[in-house]
Amino acid sequence: MNVTRGFTGRDRVHNPGLPPGQYDAGDDWPVLSAEVTPELAPADWTFRVDGLVERPHTWDWDEAHALPPSAYEGDIHCVTSWSKFGVRFGGVSLDAFLDVVRPHGSATHAVAYSHTGYTTNLPLADLTGGRAWIAWEYDSEPLAAEHGGPARLLVPHLYFWKSAKWIAGLRLLDHDEPGFWEQNGYHARGNPWEEQRYSGD
Amino acid sequence: MSTSSFSSFTPSTRFAVPGRIAVSNRAAALWQTATLTEIRRETPHAATFRFAVPAWAGHLPGQHLMLRLTAEDGYTAQRHYSIASAPDDAGHIELTLDHVEGGEVSGWFHTVAKPGDEVEVRGPLSGFFAWPGDRPALLIGAGSGVVPLMSMVRHHRARELSVPLRLLVSARRPEELIYARELGTETTPVFTRSAPEGVPVGRMAAAHVASVLADQPPGGWEAYVCGSNAFAEHASRLLVEAGQPVDRIRIERFG
Repeated sequence: MNVTRGFTGRDRVHNPGLPPGQYDAGDDWPVLSAEVTPELAPADWTFRVDGLVERPHTWDWDEAHALPPSAYEGDIHCVTSWSKFGVRFGGVSLDAFLDVVRPHGSATHAVAYSHTGYTTNLPLADLTGGRAWIAWEYDSEPLAAEHGGPARLLVPHLYFWKSAKWIAGLRLLDHDEPGFWEQNGYHARGNPWEEQRYSGD
Repeated sequence: MSTSSFSSFTPSTRFAVPGRIAVSNRAAALWQTATLTEIRRETPHAATFRFAVPAWAGHLPGQHLMLRLTAEDGYTAQRHYSIASAPDDAGHIELTLDHVEGGEVSGWFHTVAKPGDEVEVRGPLSGFFAWPGDRPALLIGAGSGVVPLMSMVRHHRARELSVPLRLLVSARRPEELIYARELGTETTPVFTRSAPEGVPVGRMAAAHVASVLADQPPGGWEAYVCGSNAFAEHASRLLVEAGQPVDRIRIERFG
């Protein structure tokens, strides 16, 4: 351990919900995206799931909203080391979309892509079983554009770069294929509890 | 259905990862000891911290690193910081940090740190915001958002590059303009609260961006925007409205 002379850390209460290396951002919700925030109206938003599925499908705003609503209440963790507790997102469980397209047994991974062209890869197992959402509300309000509105992917048990903003689709694959940050040195999976920040962690 | 048709999936949109910059995963994974050798005040709120990092693998202008401080009880705090120095500063790197109100890490740097102290760093990280000096660069920053852009300016000078480079930088007032002494003819400062006699006061505006974009180098500009999220949103909107292609705007935001 390399102790830093004179560093004590600020007054801290151990929060068991805080993964290693993270700090509590409190009321802040930093915005981190590498691209220009798109002006994407709900009427122009679509979400497609294809690849290794029986019935590829594209939902528009109204069709997606006709699926059964599902909310997430819990914490989110960004690789840049902030975490945010007790956030509330509203949307639809990704399971509801996958039930429609029926993934092939050979599908093991997905590439999520945004209306901007941003991509990120995920094991399919991280997207199923009630652990991932398409979210369009934050605190019962429409999700702000800078946070990915009108709709973003939400995979809160992984670092937040996996929760692609302005989500446009998922392509199911039988192999893992690095996305935008993963090609730029980030970890393929990004589990905050194991500090999977960078490739090689 | 053949699975091979998905082997090189590319989204149909315009924004893409630049393929020209290789990232070293090995360097990113390794914590190294950095020894503070010098502290230089830049403005009332910002100072530059120079470190010796003997095994530093080098970086590209615009890249950042992760820095870690460790308390005696094992508690650690880590933050991402942009690298301010040019790549050719062998075995040394410089960071310029704002003293953030209540900042756990910046507070230590500004009130405790002195030459000889050791911290840990790993990196360089992320190739997306990097500029290797190969394309005309239009740099737009505000406050400490000028830090990674200054690495680019310094690289341009150190290598005597002929590729066009312009810097638009916003600060509240002249005394808060980081690196003021080093900025040259490539730079247009914009002051939002007070300015020297004869210089207008106001927010970065369409006219600032338009005058640079009117002067298009062959192949066009690669734009790099760095600052608070509010500034990044404002500046990137100005660029888009002035006709800069959206896939040639790279943004580094800090919250």
